[in-house]
Amino acid sequence: MEHSPPPFFKTGPTPLARLLIFSALSFMLLAADARFGYLAPLRQFVSIVVYPFQRIAAAPADILRRIGEFFVTHSSLREENARLLQEMLANSASLLQLKALQAENRHLRELLAARSRITPEARPAEVLYAARDPFSRKVIIDQGARNEVKAGQAVADARGVVGQVTRVYPWLAEVTLLTDKGHAVPVQNLRSGLRGVLFGVGHDGTLELRFMPLSADVQPGDQLVTSGIDGTYPPGLPVAEVTTVERDAALMFARIHARPLSGVASHTHVLVLSWQRDVPELPAEPAPQPKRRKGKKG
Amino acid sequence: MALRPPQSHEILRPARPGFIALTLAAALFANLLPWTGAALLIKPDFLAVILLYWCVREPRKIGFAVAWLLGLTMDIGNATLFGQHALAYTLLAYAGVTLHRRVERFTIAQQTLQVVPMLLLVQVATLLVRMAAGADFPGLLYFSGSLTGAALWPLLSTLLPLPQRPKASPDQLAI
Repeated sequence: MEHSPPPFFKTGPTPLARLLIFSALSFMLLAADARFGYLAPLRQFVSIVVYPFQRIAAAPADILRRIGEFFVTHSSLREENARLLQEMLANSASLLQLKALQAENRHLRELLAARSRITPEARPAEVLYAARDPFSRKVIIDQGARNEVKAGQAVADARGVVGQVTRVYPWLAEVTLLTDKGHAVPVQNLRSGLRGVLFGVGHDGTLELRFMPLSADVQPGDQLVTSGIDGTYPPGLPVAEVTTVERDAALMFARIHARPLSGVASHTHVLVLSWQRDVPELPAEPAPQPKRRKGKKG
Repeated sequence: MALRPPQSHEILRPARPGFIALTLAAALFANLLPWTGAALLIKPDFLAVILLYWCVREPRKIGFAVAWLLGLTMDIGNATLFGQHALAYTLLAYAGVTLHRRVERFTIAQQTLQVVPMLLLVQVATLLVRMAAGADFPGLLYFSGSLTGAALWPLLSTLLPLPQRPKASPDQLAI
């Protein structure tokens, strides 16, 4: 038997072997993450390593913005101040009414023995950056598990709903925006009271109200607010405004497009809303039925 | 010393590991900058380009393990599926390590053309993983990142070998 001479240089496994090893590792990670969600602790650990990079990389934009704020002219400040005063006056009138209305509402609800509305707690957060992934619409905010942010909390800005916290790291959290393709919000039409589900389509500035029948009472200009039936979004937050309604008799459903009211692509400060709803317990599951053989197809 | 890519007859000093780490960290940093909108679609994957550069120039120092770990950090930073960049960078490292002798034989302009398909490989791998996970095709502009990345190659081939140039000896005549 012939022996091959020992190699001059120790090079370890061949490139092809290494490729197979590392690809297999990657595929295992992909499957574990996408299908089973096993990797939360690993993600937490690596996020701590990447965190300094993320903060430093977000710094230049932050500094630029602060410099811009510093050089605000005197006149624009005065204008803004006057405008804010005006707004405050206008708002305070409606705020007075609101207090009376809230009292009246509470009284009426007591009369009806209905559940009282819960006002959500709001925690301000700053958007560090948008995730650089052309496939999804996500932003990273500077509040995380340390600040008691939890996955599933709703995120809004001054004008309406922005999205939902989907992943929490120790100091950061990922927020999936309304416009993400996999994101849905249960909404209600403010004018007609009609409920529906609003989906993101994957690009900025457009949302789609799906599965509405052709005869649905929806018009361009209608305001859509959260209906609160999902237990994620507190009810009554503005979400979007209907822009186009196409009713094509050849299709099952009307094609309804809407425009998000919040600055989904532009905001820098947002509010994380924590809202707990006392949902009644789920009914006990029925005992599993013995499996029966399925009949043949056809 | 003229600012030009090293010629094939020049003997360079080996790259220092600290310098390699520094360039990779800078590329990771550039990738983590807040890119949005059209700039996000057109921007090159800096980390992929630098990684490919070192895989081609120093295949015994930078290879699969580094590529895979950097891919994981990119996955966290970008909030993407875990393992997506790791897989793509592993493929890139394979292409770089196996083809490094071939790439180095060409001139810089020809090398740039060789780099385009390798960077495209990264993007196609990412695209396939994401589409398998249920994402939409983001449009043809998505692939422009490879072209802008390859456009960085001549610049990198000029700047990155600078610390490896041997110091001019005092006996040599200035040209």
